[in-house]
Amino acid sequence: MTPPDSAVLEAPTLVVDGVVKNFGDREAVKAMSFEVARGELLAIIGPNGAGKTTLLTMLAGIRRPDSGTVAQQGPNAHKRIGWVPQQTAVYSKLTVAQNLRLFARLEKVEELDAVVERMLEQTALSERADDELGSLSGGNRQRVNIAVGLLADPPVLLLDEPSGALDPRQRQRLWSFITSLTERGTSVVFATHDIAEAERHADRVLILADGELLFSGPPADLYAAAGASESEDMEQAFVAFLRARGH
Amino acid sequence: MRWLLLKDMQILWRSKLLLGLLIVYPIAIATLMGLALSSGPEKPRVAFLNQVPENRSTIRLGSEKLDITTYTNELFTAIERVPAVSRDDALDKVRSGAVLAALIIPPDFTQKLSSGGLARANVEVVYNGDALKQSFVRSTISSKLAVADASLAKQVNRLGSGYIDVLLEGGQLDLLGTQLKILGLEPSKRRIDAVLSDSPSRADRRRLQPVQNFAELTLANADRAKDLLDTVEKPVAVQETVLSGRRTPLDTFAVAVAVTISLMFVCVLLASGLLALEREENTFSRLARGLVPGGQLITEKIVLSAACAFAVSLAMLVGVSLFVPLDWGRAGLWVLALAGGSLAFAALGVAIGSLAREVRAASLLAFLLSLPLAFLALVPSGGVSPLLYDVIQVISAIFPFKPSLNAINAAVNSSTPGVLPSLAHLAVLIAAFGVAARLGLRRFA
Repeated sequence: MTPPDSAVLEAPTLVVDGVVKNFGDREAVKAMSFEVARGELLAIIGPNGAGKTTLLTMLAGIRRPDSGTVAQQGPNAHKRIGWVPQQTAVYSKLTVAQNLRLFARLEKVEELDAVVERMLEQTALSERADDELGSLSGGNRQRVNIAVGLLADPPVLLLDEPSGALDPRQRQRLWSFITSLTERGTSVVFATHDIAEAERHADRVLILADGELLFSGPPADLYAAAGASESEDMEQAFVAFLRARGH
Repeated sequence: MRWLLLKDMQILWRSKLLLGLLIVYPIAIATLMGLALSSGPEKPRVAFLNQVPENRSTIRLGSEKLDITTYTNELFTAIERVPAVSRDDALDKVRSGAVLAALIIPPDFTQKLSSGGLARANVEVVYNGDALKQSFVRSTISSKLAVADASLAKQVNRLGSGYIDVLLEGGQLDLLGTQLKILGLEPSKRRIDAVLSDSPSRADRRRLQPVQNFAELTLANADRAKDLLDTVEKPVAVQETVLSGRRTPLDTFAVAVAVTISLMFVCVLLASGLLALEREENTFSRLARGLVPGGQLITEKIVLSAACAFAVSLAMLVGVSLFVPLDWGRAGLWVLALAGGSLAFAALGVAIGSLAREVRAASLLAFLLSLPLAFLALVPSGGVSPLLYDVIQVISAIFPFKPSLNAINAAVNSSTPGVLPSLAHLAVLIAAFGVAARLGLRRFA
């Protein structure tokens, strides 16, 4: 049974209602419901195979849920949800600028050149605009990957393990950039294995295990839910929480 | 879709090796094919030694004389003659590799031929040890010896027929230079008939009657002896029958096959690779969010691959036409056939690409599927059992190679079935493989 969404949200931009996804006999996502508020930074954490990526792909519109709905709300509900997959999803034979321009065209972005220029600046890749993606480091490729997801200025941005390929400095730059997005009202949902990162940046975390939503609330509430002592860190509280629920 | 098209063209432009191959490939294939089809094999160099003395260089067949050069000239149409002064010289030339073989006419060649079949005349051919070259020169010399022998046999036959005529009707017969007057069977019979009509004695009549019967029977069956000689000269006559349509010359059919194979490989490999690239680069997940509908994605890959393959195969056809005469009046049909074939192969390519997650797997799958299909489509009826041939026909009908080959062959050579039935067949396959690709993308997304 899905627990009720404990967060008190105003003006949700994304409403997920009872979504289910099965792969054959396996239930990858079990009747999951939650909302994402405007400008909220929501982390989805859980062990491997918990259903994090499956849930994100349904929110992104790549996979259709077997039942349930995913609905956008608010003044920008007509805009497509931004999607940054875990592995870089850009063309390695095209340059940075060509990739951005192509996806901006496909997203039907107005003022194409200005938007591409802005994304190059925001990702600090202006000097490498004419370099082929294949010649960039993993971190720089991931920056382009994220920039592509932001081209259409989406009201909701989904990121799957966004900082996995980044070094600490790039990671810090990424999070300050994401924080600036949420301050402007963009809702950001990201899946991660890095519990500390979720604690540091997220307004709220969802804990998934075996396709089930087990927890929804601010990171600090997880300690109490797990019955963890003050000396334990978030990761220990997370493991204790899962163990207490038979995972 | 146009932006995806632009993107794929940019990727192709950046793949210099692939692009270079796409340009060089049709030029190289067209040149090689053209040279192979337009120039015959080089004449083998053969040492030639004629040991027949000059004063005995004519073959005497009855009253007719045949110079040996009329026999040997036939051989020299197919080989390059390298004169040898002696048998040892000829053998040395073969051993050293200066020539592929030596052809020696022995001194008694004309004498044996003139003996009227009492001794068999022969020529000696000496080869070197290279199996491939030996096979080449042997087949060349054997075929030319057969032609020369046939020519000689014809003369012997004519002479034999002449002898039979003299024996039947009477006349002059040349026997070792001496002219003999022969009465002939028919005049002999007339004389016996005259004697018998003059009321001979019963005893004379009894003795002459069997001679008269023999002459009558022999004259009645004399023509069969000539028929027999004709049979010996030409044991089997070949009658050629063309059931329907125009017979396609082998070299222009080879052009159609080569163009179809090129079209198939360029198209199938490119289309499957382009679609698999979207998976390999993980961009399919971005596009599948509604940025580009699946149908448009498939259509874009088909159109681009087909356009590239069409240009390559048309260039190849034009290149080959420099060497092999093709009917340029049918160029409009070439375009139609190539367009239909390239679209069908591209549809097959995207269907393959929809099953693969990376370009290498797609290319391998495309190659493994395409090559046997091409071979199967070229299996002639009668080459295998009727049941197996029917199975092959069904398999060939559900893949684009056979109908593409039929369309291109019809466009180039005016063969049957025509261009339009083949294009209709291809249209069905384009739709079927397009749907299969769409289902593949959904299933493996």
